[in-house]
Amino acid sequence: MTILQFILWSVLKVAVVTVVLLLAVAYTVLLERKLVGRIQNRWGPTRVGPFGLLQPLVDGAKSFLKEDIIPTGVYRPLYLIAPIIALGCALLSIAVVPFGEPVSIAGSPPLFQIADINIGLLVILGVTSIGVYGIALAGWSSNNKYSLLGSLRSSAQLVSYELALGLSLVGVVMRAGSLNLRVIVEQQAKQGMLTWNLFGGMQFVAFFIYLMAAYAETNRSPFDLPEAESELTGGYHTEYSSMKFAMFFMAEYANMITVGCVATLLFLGGWTSPFGDLIPPSDNLFFDAGFSIFWFVFKVFSFLFLYVWVRGTLPRFRYDQLMNFGWRWLMPLAIANIVATSLWLAYR
Amino acid sequence: MHLIVFFIFAGFCLAGAINLLLQSHPINSALSLIVVMVSLAVLYLLLGAEFLAIAQVIVYAGAIMVLFTFVVMLLNAGREARTLGSKAALRVGLPAVVAILALMATVILKAQGLGAARLSDGLTDVKGQTNLDQLGTVLFTKLLLPFEVTSVLILIAILGAVALASHENQGTGNREQGTAERTGEE
Repeated sequence: MTILQFILWSVLKVAVVTVVLLLAVAYTVLLERKLVGRIQNRWGPTRVGPFGLLQPLVDGAKSFLKEDIIPTGVYRPLYLIAPIIALGCALLSIAVVPFGEPVSIAGSPPLFQIADINIGLLVILGVTSIGVYGIALAGWSSNNKYSLLGSLRSSAQLVSYELALGLSLVGVVMRAGSLNLRVIVEQQAKQGMLTWNLFGGMQFVAFFIYLMAAYAETNRSPFDLPEAESELTGGYHTEYSSMKFAMFFMAEYANMITVGCVATLLFLGGWTSPFGDLIPPSDNLFFDAGFSIFWFVFKVFSFLFLYVWVRGTLPRFRYDQLMNFGWRWLMPLAIANIVATSLWLAYR
Repeated sequence: MHLIVFFIFAGFCLAGAINLLLQSHPINSALSLIVVMVSLAVLYLLLGAEFLAIAQVIVYAGAIMVLFTFVVMLLNAGREARTLGSKAALRVGLPAVVAILALMATVILKAQGLGAARLSDGLTDVKGQTNLDQLGTVLFTKLLLPFEVTSVLILIAILGAVALASHENQGTGNREQGTAERTGEE
């Protein structure tokens, strides 16, 4: 494969994945509005299109057409670049996520992953940790006390919970002996659900820690203190309007999807079927590829469903509770999980 | 291919470093430092050290620099006043920098066992073995003692910082209602 071919394939894959991800973001918003509506005993959006299915498109158009207000007191360069950093980092980390079997047609590189690299998991963590700057700079450059408070809360929360998040993944990495996401999935895939890290791998403590830390990392309820409406008006994006606000909004949902993908890959066996080889693989390439994509999307969808369910159910934490929970419960629990996992691996 | 990427990111790195010195606003300087660190990570990647590269991004750009910007935001530090600078610093400083750089370059080039750096895809020639495997093996066999001693050293530094901070808190805690309540709760 020449360099030109490689670049062409990569551009094609990037374009397709970005479009699919943005569509998924739009419809995750709709999913959330519908589900939270049902939880609160109302309908959610129903007017635009059948069952309100065209609502995301109309919302997008509305964001584009709204007046873009830039307050006079802002520090302009950082104010303008902050939403770009937030959205850029949110979209970037999907690049290392494998969606399905390494299928390739006509001498192409594997189709269902943009970049297969041996430190894939760390790349996701690294990109997420850069994403903090989007929120931090947005709050600071807005020159507004509510924005600043929101972004300070957010930075402290992200730095604290990133530790628990990283430590919760160590057990999985030790079991797989690799940071390559494909290797991690293939190591769990042998007997379907029984060998998933969540059940067979005895990593349910790690999964619990990951779940908690992931809610905090994506600023989602019950850890959505950076944008707590009742105390901070809108938090770090108070002063943003029009498309810039929409970029923060999209970044949040893109992060949710990425976190869901990582949970799927690390704990739920990725694109492999939960029934293992009970359903034998067919000879048809397209059928197999579609099947693996179906399972991947189904697992990520379940994760997003859980996200919305939690948002509709739990009240918000207080700030000191949040910090206490992160440092005094999740961190020691994650370290205990690492010790227990390594003892088990050494014993075996 | 490697060489082109090297020049681009070496350029970014130098531009970031110079910008860091020239900017008068602390937050711009902090952001330039992030640019420097990320470009350094890319340079590590070009040398085939992918773990070092991503550790640089996660630890320095992602954690330490967040705390830097955090402090800048909390103190709400404004623009620094630009002074003319002393002439002595300019006359002695520039030659001194050149001399130190030349000295370091010669020492590194003459040192035993260090050849010229190669831009490459990986450090190992063995198929299927990654950089990470090698790093882990060396770190936990040959260099186990220095590694553990360093981590204990860092732990002591953290404990020292906590001890200092909590000592200060006790002094003012009795006067302020809020802090007293919080310590009572803990």
